[in-house]
Amino acid sequence: MGLSSFLWNCTKKFATAAVITVTVSDRFASVVPVRGGSMSPTLNPKSGSQMGDFFDDYVLVEKFCLGTYKFSNGDVVVFRSPMNHKETLIKRIVALPGEWCGDHYNHDVIQIPPGHCWVEGDNADSSMDSRLFGPIPLGLIRGSVTHVVWPPHRIGAVEKKTPPQGLSSVLE
Amino acid sequence: MRFMGYIGQWRRAAKEVLDRTTIAVNFLCWFHITGNYLCTPCHAYGVSMLPTLNVTGDVLLAEHVSPRLGKVSYGDLVLVKSPLNPKLRVTKRVIALEGDTVTYFDPLHSEASQVAVVPKGHVWIQGDNIYASHDSRYYGPVPYGLIEGKVFFRVWPPDDFGLLGQ
Repeated sequence: MGLSSFLWNCTKKFATAAVITVTVSDRFASVVPVRGGSMSPTLNPKSGSQMGDFFDDYVLVEKFCLGTYKFSNGDVVVFRSPMNHKETLIKRIVALPGEWCGDHYNHDVIQIPPGHCWVEGDNADSSMDSRLFGPIPLGLIRGSVTHVVWPPHRIGAVEKKTPPQGLSSVLE
Repeated sequence: MRFMGYIGQWRRAAKEVLDRTTIAVNFLCWFHITGNYLCTPCHAYGVSMLPTLNVTGDVLLAEHVSPRLGKVSYGDLVLVKSPLNPKLRVTKRVIALEGDTVTYFDPLHSEASQVAVVPKGHVWIQGDNIYASHDSRYYGPVPYGLIEGKVFFRVWPPDDFGLLGQ
């Protein structure tokens, strides 16, 4: 009797903790690892080495922005890949609805349709982003990245910056 | 001695408050989990799904399990975040999945039928009332990640209470 009630109590506590964790990570904030070097040097500056997986950055993702869907240029966001719904990507917003965005890949300028945004990785050479699949709907966004929380020597806020848009990136 | 009595009272009050808060938080969390992972009621109105859903607004139940498992297929009614406004959710029917070729007819914009290919990771959604529906014929195929749920049950009006057919 004693053992079964103890086990029951443990299960109950465990279920409560799990439910609260899931809710908090869905509604408020969660911590996710960053894989790959598409956002280097902002995130994962030294990926590609042998110890890459071990030194991956972990970032804090806040979800309050999902209530209003108000973003600004330069925000780093987490979103579902439009090509594969099981994959999540981390990129930087370059252009918001209604803005004009230069596509250096096709040497074309397009206007972002309403409800969409243009996302690009900081490391233009190895990044799967809007240059490949075009503007993405804002509804795919799952949160915005605010801080790096791991490893300890890289703890700090992720700064908003607008990537070089002018001559330099066109000439590359 | 009186001091100890006060402390005891405070402890009891604090324990009571803590218990009540835990129960409330637990309830809200379960609410969130059922709403996000199991099923939610939703309200669909408008003319775009006409023969299937009424204009005045039906209350439907949408489940979130099959989209998560990737089990959305032809003819399913789905709840989708509108690509043009992420705060809006629309109810449409899945016509084609990734890799399919769709031949569609848009009476509002052209006389001839047109052909489109659905790219990888996207679905083609249309309303049942092709004359008054704002759907993939207007904004193109939508990413699978925008699908929120599969509509499977109608709660209101009471005459049509029951499972929705394909």
